[in-house]
Amino acid sequence: MSLSMILLTIAFFFYLVATVLYAVSVTGRKWRNKEGRVTGNNWGLFGYITAIGGLVFALGYFVTRWITVGFAPVSNMFEYLTFFGITLSLAFVIIYGIYRSNVLGVITLPVVMLMIGYATVFVTDYQPLQPALQTYWLEIHVLTTGLAQGILAVSFGAGVIYLLRTIDLKGKKMTKRTFGVEFIMYTFMTLFAFIVLTNAFNAFGYEAQFAYVNEFEEPAEIIYDLPPIFGPNEGELLSSDRMEPWFEMPDWIDSDSLNTTAWAFGSGLVLFGAVRLITRRRIGTLLQPFVKRVNPDLMDEISYRAIAIGFPLFALGGLVFAMIWAQIAWTRFWGWDPKEVWALITFLFYAAYLHLRLNRSWQGEPSAWLAVVGFAIIMINLIFVNLVIAGLHSYA
Amino acid sequence: MNKNCECGRVNPYGTEVCGSCGKPLADPDSNRLLNMRYEGAARRSQIYSTSIIDKIWNFFSSVKVGIGIIIVTIIASSLGTIFPQEMFMPPGETPEVYYEEEYGGLGQVYYALGLHNMYGSWWYMLLIAALGTSIIIASIDRFFPLYKALKSQRVTRHKSFMKRQRIFGTSRVEDVDHTFQAAQDILKKKRYNIREENGHILAEKNRWARWGPYVNHIGLIIFLIGASLRFFPGMYVDENMWVREGETEVVPGTSGDYYVENQGFTYEEFDEDDEIFADGMEASAALQFEETFRTDAVLYRPEGPLGVDQELEEVDRHPIEVNDAFHFDDYTLYQVDYKLDELKELSFEVEDTETDEVVGSFTVDLNDPDDTYALDNGEDVRINSYFPNFYMNDENMPTTENDVPDNPAFIFEMANPDTEALDHTFLGIQANYNVSPDQEENRYEFSLDGFDTNDLTGLTVRKDNTIPYLSVGGAIFLIGLVQGSYWPHRRIWLQRKDGEVWLAAHTNKHWAPLKKDIDAITKETGITAPRDQIDDEYEKGEDKDNS
Ligand code: HEM
Repeated sequence: MSLSMILLTIAFFFYLVATVLYAVSVTGRKWRNKEGRVTGNNWGLFGYITAIGGLVFALGYFVTRWITVGFAPVSNMFEYLTFFGITLSLAFVIIYGIYRSNVLGVITLPVVMLMIGYATVFVTDYQPLQPALQTYWLEIHVLTTGLAQGILAVSFGAGVIYLLRTIDLKGKKMTKRTFGVEFIMYTFMTLFAFIVLTNAFNAFGYEAQFAYVNEFEEPAEIIYDLPPIFGPNEGELLSSDRMEPWFEMPDWIDSDSLNTTAWAFGSGLVLFGAVRLITRRRIGTLLQPFVKRVNPDLMDEISYRAIAIGFPLFALGGLVFAMIWAQIAWTRFWGWDPKEVWALITFLFYAAYLHLRLNRSWQGEPSAWLAVVGFAIIMINLIFVNLVIAGLHSYA
Repeated sequence: MNKNCECGRVNPYGTEVCGSCGKPLADPDSNRLLNMRYEGAARRSQIYSTSIIDKIWNFFSSVKVGIGIIIVTIIASSLGTIFPQEMFMPPGETPEVYYEEEYGGLGQVYYALGLHNMYGSWWYMLLIAALGTSIIIASIDRFFPLYKALKSQRVTRHKSFMKRQRIFGTSRVEDVDHTFQAAQDILKKKRYNIREENGHILAEKNRWARWGPYVNHIGLIIFLIGASLRFFPGMYVDENMWVREGETEVVPGTSGDYYVENQGFTYEEFDEDDEIFADGMEASAALQFEETFRTDAVLYRPEGPLGVDQELEEVDRHPIEVNDAFHFDDYTLYQVDYKLDELKELSFEVEDTETDEVVGSFTVDLNDPDDTYALDNGEDVRINSYFPNFYMNDENMPTTENDVPDNPAFIFEMANPDTEALDHTFLGIQANYNVSPDQEENRYEFSLDGFDTNDLTGLTVRKDNTIPYLSVGGAIFLIGLVQGSYWPHRRIWLQRKDGEVWLAAHTNKHWAPLKKDIDAITKETGITAPRDQIDDEYEKGEDKDNS
């Protein structure tokens, strides 16, 4: 393993330990000071130090990889998702510095780990830069945008805490709100299950190779990294000892992606169902002990503050720098490419959020839901637009 | 119908909070928290509502309407990314066919709804125009009342103004003067501006941040106006050109003022066995990894009197690469595309079938063929027809698709000395037929003898005179954004009422840091910590707001 990957692994474990420390700090006993007033305990401080340690190692990964490849490592899915995880942890460190909210660590740091974990599902090898990316604008644009998205994602963390804290999840009846919270939980369990699954199959070197007929009606070959439930068009299994696909897909469907997606959502559903069956409670309630003592108003403010800090930065990196670079590299500052459009949507969405908040009735819970949606939009642009939509174009 | 306040100030109709003493005028007996967003000042949109202009004004000044426009824009924009827009369609396709063929029924619907060309559609533009109108009207509606209210605010505040602030508390202290002095010193250290009046104090900081939204809205408007300038003639040029190596072409869009020569085209790929990148390239689905492509370009201007014998004079030269364009005058030449190894010349050999001897050979410049070529034996070959990009059309006649020599074919003509007739030979890539009119034997036989290729560079010519406006608009927008987002406007009122010290505080955003400032006062003085009344307020839903 390269030095940078070793550093990243160490960072990952620091984040894990920091999460545990924060969890202890919010559930553990409070300490009293000399006058007998409750002052909390020191676990939060230990958590903070560990989180900073994790950030230092993660930056170590970033710098060493940068030195090796000669450009900021933000050019493919692995690198960008990892970078996003790092900026989220950086944003957490900044905002924790302002508000000292331990519970924020309990929720955001696992998201950091999920992002880095998810990144490893993609090719982690070094890949060269295409000509359009060979400029310092790559660093200027992507680093600013990534940092802004990390900060905006903190608002999601605080929003989720707000929802867990204020929504009654114990009631029998399913409501839109309980469904919403459970859906967030399901999404994260899906991501978790998917990461474990792909890494496990990877570790055992699973590969199933097919000969098939592609959408141009030409013979082609494809390798599946997960057992084929959905096989390719007129697919013929070339590897021995591998399961035959259950369903054959027509040529216009990217069967490999469909198969991967099916595995992800399926395994998420199994995990979710299993936990629900064993605990006989909503998943959200399992997290509620951590948020019991949270002041919801403070969470609302943290969530808003993160957007107030992140929004101008996003406008700078994701729109202004993006336009300058597009003018330099692509001859026009704006071209309605899907990635550009989704950056605009992100921007407009947070603008709508800020204006809605001018009305006090949109503060609190509605704002928290909006913060969740904002994060979903960022994720769509990061993952879906890259993997699905942009694949239709000549550049991604 | 102005409102006279008990403090003597005459407030315009629609005022909710007296501009001078802060007494609530709208619902004086309530104890709900005051809506402080525009200091309770009267706005035009709340005052007039009779004429049609008032109605339009009120419609666009509503934040609800503004947000509605933003949300419709978001939804429309996202729909446009489901399938590729028309402009990303592969060249040579027609949209009617393309969307149905590629995306089936859904694609057909997409096309029928006009979503395939959404961002240029009239209704999308109308949406953006409505957004701009809304921003302008909403800002004017609020800016002037807010400006006046903040400018004319007095230090002395009415009791109910104090009580109805979110942060409010009263305390009894031993020495009011001393306490006020101490509090003032603390707040000064925290860079508050202090104003005193009748022994009351107003500590205020970052009022200028309140103008942030108005500054950023102005920036947005300039940006939108700049973007609409594109539709004025002469502001914008967008042309493409292909130049073969060694050739000089007029630069389209410059009215013949400039010519560009492609002195050489360079194309490089990453080394497959690169120490660092080899594994990554192998793991990728991509087949090739371009490293560079570059045109060594020379720019010319025609000099001398207009006419045939104008001379081209070199103006400048520059190697054009992606991210390193060639700027001249108002124009920019960008490297966007290339075509490697296009056929440039074909060489032919001619054999006399009677003697089995080669009687000559000739080379055709595919981009500029001659009419006839002389052979060594004194005979001439005439080009009867040339099809640069040959195919057989529906009537089974040879034709050319365009004049790009991708699949060149010829019909050569040569006099047959035996019959005095003309031999006709059809010759193309892997094609060689006798096409003489009467199908008589041809005496001369042609064969392909060699070829030469060259590279083409694809350049985009761009002129965009809207950019200065966009830059200014964008810069103002960012300044306003930072101004309004990174500095909160905080005010703390300390007043002597009924022998007590009353403290109230307001910030336009972020209350936790404001509370910290107040903590500093309560820690050092006899003033007790005020309460955050929002903790007691559960009337959220009822809150009428500015929208
Ligand atoms: C994409 C377009 C827009 C952007 C980026 C934008 C941006 C902003 C920002 C950043 C703020 C400050 C919010 C805060 O600090 O809490 C703001 C405030 C405001 N915006 Fe916009 N805005 C946009 C469109 C609109 C529209 C269409 C309206 C029309 C109703 C509008 C009306 C307002 C108002 C009334 C304020 C509050 C001003 C104040 O606090 O004094 N904005 N805008």
